[in-house]
Amino acid sequence: MQTSILAFRGRRYLWAALALIVICIAAYWIDDPQEPPNGGTLLGYALGTLGALLIVWLTWFGIRKRNYTSTSGSVQGWLSAHVYFGVALLVVVLLHAGFQFGWNVHTLAFVFMVLVIASGLYGVAIYMRYPERLSENRGGASRSELLDQLEDIDRRSRRVAQKLPEPFQEFVTSGIRRTELGSTLWQRLRNEDRSRIQLPGSATTVANQGQEAAMDWLAEQQSRADADSATTIAELSALLRNKRKLLRQVREDLRLQAGIEIWLYAHVPLTAALLMALLTHIVTVFLYW
Amino acid sequence: MKFELVIVGAGPAGLSAAAHAETLGLNYLLIESSAAPANTIQRYQKGKHVMAEPAVVPLRSDLRFAAGTREAILGSWQSGLDELGVNIRYNTEAIAISGSKPNFELTLLDGETLTAESIVLAIGLQGNPRRIGVEGETDRSVQYTLDDPDEYRDETIAVVGAGDAAIENAVALARNNTVIIINRRDEFARAKDGNLALITRAIEDESISCFYNTGVASIEPAVAINLNTETGETRIPCNRIIARIGAIPPRKFVESTGIRFLSDDPTTLPELSSQYESNVAGLYVIGALGGYPLIKQAMNQGYEVVEFIKGNTILPADHNILEEKFRHLPYGRDVDDTLAIIRNNIPLFENVNGLVLRELVLASELLTPAKSDVIFHKNDYTNTFISVVEGEVEVETDSGNLITLGPGQFFGEMSLLSGRRRSATVRASGSCVLLETPRREIVKLMNSYQQVRKVIDRHFIVRTLRAGLVPDAPQSELEVVAETAELLSFRAGDVLFREGDESNGLHLIRNGSVSVSRNIGGRSIVTTYVAAGNYVGEMGLVGEAKRSATVTATVATESVFLRADIFQTMLSRNSGLRERIQTKVKERISENLRMEAAPDAGDLISFLMQQGLGEATDVLLIDETLCIGCDNCETACAETHDGTSRLKRAAGPSYAQVHVPTSCRHCEDPHCMKDCPPDAIRRAPNGEVYIEDSCIGCGNCEQNCPYGVIQMASAKEEAPSLLNWVLTGTGAAPGQRQPAAATTAIKKAVKCDMCKDLSGGPACVRACPTGAAIRMSPSDFVNLTKKAS
Ligand SMILES: Cc1cc2nc3c(=O)[nH]c(=O)nc-3n(C[C@H](O)[C@H](O)[C@H](O)COP(=O)(O)OP(=O)(O)OC[C@H]3O[C@@H](n4cnc5c(N)ncnc54)[C@H](O)[C@@H]3O)c2cc1C
Ligand code: HEM
Ligand code: HEM
Ligand code: SF4
Ligand code: SF4
Ligand code: SF4
Repeated sequence: MQTSILAFRGRRYLWAALALIVICIAAYWIDDPQEPPNGGTLLGYALGTLGALLIVWLTWFGIRKRNYTSTSGSVQGWLSAHVYFGVALLVVVLLHAGFQFGWNVHTLAFVFMVLVIASGLYGVAIYMRYPERLSENRGGASRSELLDQLEDIDRRSRRVAQKLPEPFQEFVTSGIRRTELGSTLWQRLRNEDRSRIQLPGSATTVANQGQEAAMDWLAEQQSRADADSATTIAELSALLRNKRKLLRQVREDLRLQAGIEIWLYAHVPLTAALLMALLTHIVTVFLYW
Repeated sequence: MKFELVIVGAGPAGLSAAAHAETLGLNYLLIESSAAPANTIQRYQKGKHVMAEPAVVPLRSDLRFAAGTREAILGSWQSGLDELGVNIRYNTEAIAISGSKPNFELTLLDGETLTAESIVLAIGLQGNPRRIGVEGETDRSVQYTLDDPDEYRDETIAVVGAGDAAIENAVALARNNTVIIINRRDEFARAKDGNLALITRAIEDESISCFYNTGVASIEPAVAINLNTETGETRIPCNRIIARIGAIPPRKFVESTGIRFLSDDPTTLPELSSQYESNVAGLYVIGALGGYPLIKQAMNQGYEVVEFIKGNTILPADHNILEEKFRHLPYGRDVDDTLAIIRNNIPLFENVNGLVLRELVLASELLTPAKSDVIFHKNDYTNTFISVVEGEVEVETDSGNLITLGPGQFFGEMSLLSGRRRSATVRASGSCVLLETPRREIVKLMNSYQQVRKVIDRHFIVRTLRAGLVPDAPQSELEVVAETAELLSFRAGDVLFREGDESNGLHLIRNGSVSVSRNIGGRSIVTTYVAAGNYVGEMGLVGEAKRSATVTATVATESVFLRADIFQTMLSRNSGLRERIQTKVKERISENLRMEAAPDAGDLISFLMQQGLGEATDVLLIDETLCIGCDNCETACAETHDGTSRLKRAAGPSYAQVHVPTSCRHCEDPHCMKDCPPDAIRRAPNGEVYIEDSCIGCGNCEQNCPYGVIQMASAKEEAPSLLNWVLTGTGAAPGQRQPAAATTAIKKAVKCDMCKDLSGGPACVRACPTGAAIRMSPSDFVNLTKKAS
């Protein structure tokens, strides 16, 4: 129902960025310096300055995003421009360097810049695809509703277990206590299920990925139980099946959300590295002038 | 014992009256049904900051009162009472008053009677707790309030009731006690969702046991409770019984004394003279019961009423305010004369009680615009009601006609009643004097005086007909139609008419909104949403004789119903009408075709209507295909609004990837405005419903908002500089501010104000990096579905 950052206002920033690229290429084409094109020619200086300004402006986005009283456009508009001009930067800097690279701090700055841009592109790809998947996976409920449902199942399981012998109660309690949703972004991203369970009669815990171990144990008990407790156990395993489904849903939700967030942990520190390297580059260039 | 004066109720009003009676040396008595002064204030939350609104009115009392904590105020009253030696009897409830001046008989709950020459009723509006109504109900083991649940441990406690108070008490007590809850019905239907979940869970967990469909048969002292359950009688020994079965509104008791109210409407007031005397001579009413919902007003009246009873004439405390209000008027008269001019010039106020009119003028503004000054613009969202005291104004109608209104006429009722934008621009056509009255005062007046309601309703109908259907019809014809038109009201979900019904007339939607649905392939599909100010049912009147669609109220809705025969007469008399209706019908048909082709779009509209968006003017929606869950929207709201976000992004339902977060929708007829003592909730010209600083933090609006978008919050610490945070990492990160120190925290109601004070508009929307968050008006929902289909 809304337009995305890429389509923002008829892609006006795409056209602007393309125009910038065309102008820079044309200038490079027309320019005829004494030495082979590089950062030291007049055009080289101009393009380098343009690139540096672009980088500062791109970094400024992190500030603008948090300046909530700012009246300069919308953050969506800023991000749309950030994305297109961020890519255009690559061309500007390539032309600045005259496609010359070496094992030096200049190239180091360039490498960081490429990494930042690459991570940005990856981020945009994620932003374009994940939200819809998040929404589909949740099916209209919010995450906290899903967690409430989980809690509800746990409570009902405890109650059903009350009707069964002691070991079942321990089984349910241990299953609940040791179910884990992943505490770090990384675990969530990898969809690692570290849930464990202590099965009755055993002194140690076993892995309970996807509640498999618990389901198996219950199935076994059910097959050995008398008719009366068998129905109660069946009730318990129906609840557990539900729980497994919900857990899968919540994990997927957390995984997608982690995916949306994790790349910024590359984008932002790499930006910091880029700024440092760039500063060094500029300082050295003037020192050796 | 005979007194010159008995004051009933030791709230702020009664206390102040008694203090003044003491100072003036009257032979008086103050009685109070609870065990301490000011029961209503005792029941505020611990530490609540009590505010001294209205700030412009000076305090006039022998007791002290200034803004401060509940404890400080109660303390200062108590010491005031002690210093003066006020004659007060606690645990003394009045249950009947008979006789007449100067020989009133006042009967107390314990059977004793007191005689008095005059009586002041200052019993407020809270009412006394409803009693169980069985033998033993007054036993010491039975209590009707619970201050501190942690006071009790290891007891068996029976809680009687099924409302929020009963549930909250039961759940809190269950932490340290064995609790049994006794519910007369088979479910907890009256409780809020949150409490319902709490009690259901507690019963499932068996931390509370519940008797459903059970009444109390009797109570045995020291102590057991006998119950009538579905399966017979049961006796349950217990230590304590707590009954939370509501309060008895004081109106019955007041009426039983012979005091008349202005009308049957539950919100109306007793008939009072400007000296607070009721129709029963010698019987006075002050404070909240008399319609003055704030502490300072109540205290001032306590002082004044004693002066009046002594036979003294004093000017009311707000006299100066009126004088100030009237200063710029061209009359140069004193307050009473000016009030008389207003009453004489405006027929609508002819029979209005003097005190009521005074209050109304006090709350109103007197405007003296110059020639061609605009009073309000078309499409403004203001909802005041304006009466012409003197001079003339011009209304610019859509058809370009100018309608002149002179002294005694009024305008602004359209927006007032429909909650929609102003339908025309109004200018002063010469120098004139206008009385601009806030919506709340006029609504009160309409509830109190049938006659006022009737006149305003009739004008509304005439003007609606002229605006929407027959702009050129003569006034006389419209008046005839208005006489025969019926005003109908519907609750959310009620059907106005069904597909296939006989077409018997046309509905002009006056407020609320309706959805139109048709049965297509055995499925009911919503084809459109019709907002207030429009009409439905026209198709059957010009073409087919059967209704071609079902029309359902999406929220509480009122319509003006024109019978088919009246409508046909109008058709025959007004040449343009048939054409206008036919154009409308054509529009509807093409809309139907479009929606039939895209049934999902209709489902989306139904979903949005189910969220109560039919009464919204501006709502925050989130496109789930774009939202990355970064909550920058919430942070933006918090950072621009004293640290508390007024929207909850993740909460709320979604359908077809449209998410309706918990956030204010700026309703046409805002529920939150209903019961705000200082009238602090207002609507700005652009439609923003916002809360002014005069909020006293009573929490009524939080309770009244059906969408849960109002919170009670205190301002958080100052926002640190952003650059400082970015560069040095010191100070709180955006969205992470902490509440100011608890001792100074004053909690007030906060809600979305649509960022009306920010030049850039809604911060939440502008801060969303992906463009997922949007604000829109329900009339644009159809566009949503255009893209969805
Ligand atoms: C949560 C909340 C917060 C509020 N905050 C503020 C604020 O900050 N500032 C402000 O100005 N106003 C505030 N108000 C409004 C204020 O409390 C009332 O306007 C005020 O209490 C009215 O005073 P009153 O004397 O008319 O009635 P009440 O204060 O209601 O007093 C009536 C008294 O009469 C007693 N009584 C009742 N029936 C009988 C009977 N039959 N026999 C004997 N005694 C009887 C009652 O026990 C009670 O003590 C708030 C209200 C609420 C509910
Ligand atoms: C104020 C801005 C800048 C100035 C004044 C500047 C100046 C220069 C100069 C003088 C050279 C030639 C150095 C040499 O040949 O030894 C150069 C090369 C280069 N610059 Fe810049 N530059 C600027 C910005 C940038 C930016 C933003 C980048 C990208 C991150 C960049 C990347 C490079 C690279 C990769 C080279 C080539 C190094 C090589 O030849 O091995 N420069 N720059
Ligand atoms: C050298 C170039 C770039 C720099 C210095 C840069 C810098 C930044 C910074 C500082 C942020 C703010 C992060 C935060 O505070 O949350 C940011 C966010 C972002 N950048 Fe870049 N960026 C660059 C290039 C790009 C490119 C090329 C793209 C995409 C093609 C991109 C996409 C994004 C996105 C999607 C965000 C996240 C916005 C959000 O969720 O708030 N960036 N960038
Ligand atoms: S705004 Fe709400 S909390 Fe504040 S005084 Fe009005 S009703 Fe009470
Ligand atoms: S419009 Fe403003 S006040 Fe309302 S939710 Fe958005 S940011 Fe908050
Ligand atoms: S700011 Fe936008 S993307 Fe972020 S949570 Fe809010 S609506 Fe979603």
